[in-house]
Amino acid sequence: MAYKVLKKEMLNPTVFLMEVEAPLVARKAEPGQFIILRIDEYGERVPFTVADFDREKGTVTIIVQIVGKTTRDLSQVEAGDTIADFAGPLGHPTPLEGLKKVAVIGGGLGTAIAYPQAKKLHELGADVTVITGFRNKDLVILEDELKAISNKLIVATDDGSNGNQGFVTDMLQKEIDAGEKFDTVIAIGPLVMMKFVCKLTEKYDIPTLVSMNPVMIDGTGMCGGCRIIVGGETKFACVDGPDFDGHKIDWDSAMKRGKMFADYEKRACEEGHCRIGRTNRAD
Amino acid sequence: MPNMRMDKNPMPEQAPDVRNKNFLEVTLGYTAEAAIDEAQRCLNCKNKPCMQGCPVSVKIPEFITHMKDGDFEGAYQKIKETNALPAVCGRVCPQEKQCESKCVRGIKGEPVAIGRLERFAADYHMANVEDTVEIPEPNGKKVAVVGSGPSGLTAAGDLAKMGYKVTVYEAFHTAGGVLMYGIPEFRLPKDIVQKEIANLRALGVDIETDVIIGRTLTVDELLNDMGYDAVYIGSGAGLPNFMGIEGESLNGVYSANEFLTRINLMKGYKFPEYDTPVYVGNNVAVLGGGNVAMDAARCAKRMGAENVYIIYRRGKEELPARAEEIEHAEQEGIVFKLLQNPTRILGNEDGWVTGMEVIHMELGEPDESGRRRPVPIEGSEEIIEMDTVVVSIGQSPNPLIRQTTEGLETNRKGCIVADEDGKTTKAKVYAGGDVVTGAATVILAMGAGKKAAEAIDKEING
Repeated sequence: MAYKVLKKEMLNPTVFLMEVEAPLVARKAEPGQFIILRIDEYGERVPFTVADFDREKGTVTIIVQIVGKTTRDLSQVEAGDTIADFAGPLGHPTPLEGLKKVAVIGGGLGTAIAYPQAKKLHELGADVTVITGFRNKDLVILEDELKAISNKLIVATDDGSNGNQGFVTDMLQKEIDAGEKFDTVIAIGPLVMMKFVCKLTEKYDIPTLVSMNPVMIDGTGMCGGCRIIVGGETKFACVDGPDFDGHKIDWDSAMKRGKMFADYEKRACEEGHCRIGRTNRAD
Repeated sequence: MPNMRMDKNPMPEQAPDVRNKNFLEVTLGYTAEAAIDEAQRCLNCKNKPCMQGCPVSVKIPEFITHMKDGDFEGAYQKIKETNALPAVCGRVCPQEKQCESKCVRGIKGEPVAIGRLERFAADYHMANVEDTVEIPEPNGKKVAVVGSGPSGLTAAGDLAKMGYKVTVYEAFHTAGGVLMYGIPEFRLPKDIVQKEIANLRALGVDIETDVIIGRTLTVDELLNDMGYDAVYIGSGAGLPNFMGIEGESLNGVYSANEFLTRINLMKGYKFPEYDTPVYVGNNVAVLGGGNVAMDAARCAKRMGAENVYIIYRRGKEELPARAEEIEHAEQEGIVFKLLQNPTRILGNEDGWVTGMEVIHMELGEPDESGRRRPVPIEGSEEIIEMDTVVVSIGQSPNPLIRQTTEGLETNRKGCIVADEDGKTTKAKVYAGGDVVTGAATVILAMGAGKKAAEAIDKEING
């Protein structure tokens, strides 16, 4: 089985969007779920969140940041090429029904992962405040898309280059200080960002859902590589999550586990199998 | 006149200090001469006790009779009548607990090497005979098989031969289940597994990879929307158990499933040619004493670990692994720390494993399973330096299918409840193998697949 890439588009210098033909995945996908892909027979299995889907067309969109060998190789795959494997949808959909006033927070690439949640909440009639944060204005993605589905959109940059300097936590604090009463906060992004959002919302007793992104292999619950500690219990993010109550996560353990293969990832980039000249042309 | 020598013909194998550095097959198989000589040790008993020990009832004396005459292809065809995967079974079955345990020659001396003969016949066929597959006459009915491990493949093959249109749904990107991700290359070469699977495809069995039943599709959708006449669930017991001790989240701690999947399925032993990394330190503890533990330990050694320990809470007699694997592990330098039980895993500030505390055990009275219960010896704790830990204390069935299938009864261990024929509490749904029994053996899973295929045919076609 091979899966055809219908579209590839760079969103900023290191982030790209990829629309893949995968009708069975598209038929069932819901916000919060993810897929596992493998580029070719030498490839590793890597999870990516479903950023969008089109049930009619039978396509699923992922948004990828180039951070290592596999994402770099994937960035070389163009529209018309195929990738070997694209399995899903995996994990539980985010429970969004019944929420009235929600702050959806996306950090960096997490913005792309938060987008389908915000969109679904908007469709369900919730009042949605989207707060996204980037290092600088050149890295901002999905601004128009988010504007279309949010009641309020706040785009912050670390360096203030878009005129709105600060971290997402600063922006959330401002909203809370201004008297906004969120019944739920959804935070998606780097572990450290999610951790600090949770620390803030804990003070105000605002229920907070986070989307965990540990190392995964199969994504179906058969290896436990993605285990995290939630409320003192071991959970498998791929089948029990990926969303969890952010106030119960053992962040330190999660951050340390995220580094388990750091040295290998570096080696893979430097010495790994070269794919140049052998992408999978579909035709 | 049969060959009355007491011992089996030995099987040539790679030298221990050579093979513990590579992933090539350890045992090299019989030569034709050795196979004929070994076949002549069979007495061709009238009541065939060996067959009672085989879960798929291979016609053992009959196939061995062909081998005596050097008719290896005839022997292969005889085995194939009841066993879909002879090259696999000849290699991984615990024959000492099955066919060979019942062999009359085993009363005085060693039993006939049935497994080695089966393997020889299958390897001979693969090397010398072009398969001609007769596509069976279609009967117009279709069956879905969930999982492409030994149980699902057997059910699929048998049903296809009866004329059913069979589709196998596999969650991974490669078919074969534990034969691909679990059992290492040095015990079961993967091209052999893939050749057996290619034979099934030639029979008309359709294998859909990347489909996770319970997520991509559900059992109810297979029956109601897609119109399958029956579903066979052979999804195995793939959910790893952890011990629940301190330190299991540290870096350097793996479940055996993760460790073996990275190495075998993802070919992590060929990193960085293949992209999947596997971290293995110098001192590796494998917790548990089954075949999976032996496989993990022997893989760790081959990945370059200096010291590899099997840590098991009972004694050597109680080790559940296959006798040949225990022997091979010992020869390869795996150290057995028996009657010891881990109590916690120690780590450093960065979250990496640095050691393990174990407590020594003694054997007390037999428990309900008949095995003597290990009892901790107070004050006998000891700390062992360690940088990698592989937890191999068993697996349970994955919850995805039971959580998403209406009316499918499971027991408190999460295993699907099924009768002897594999019939579950849900109409048209059958199950077998590890998903019913909990983690067991390849051949028992195949036996279950075979029985269920017969039962499905009986239900559909009377």
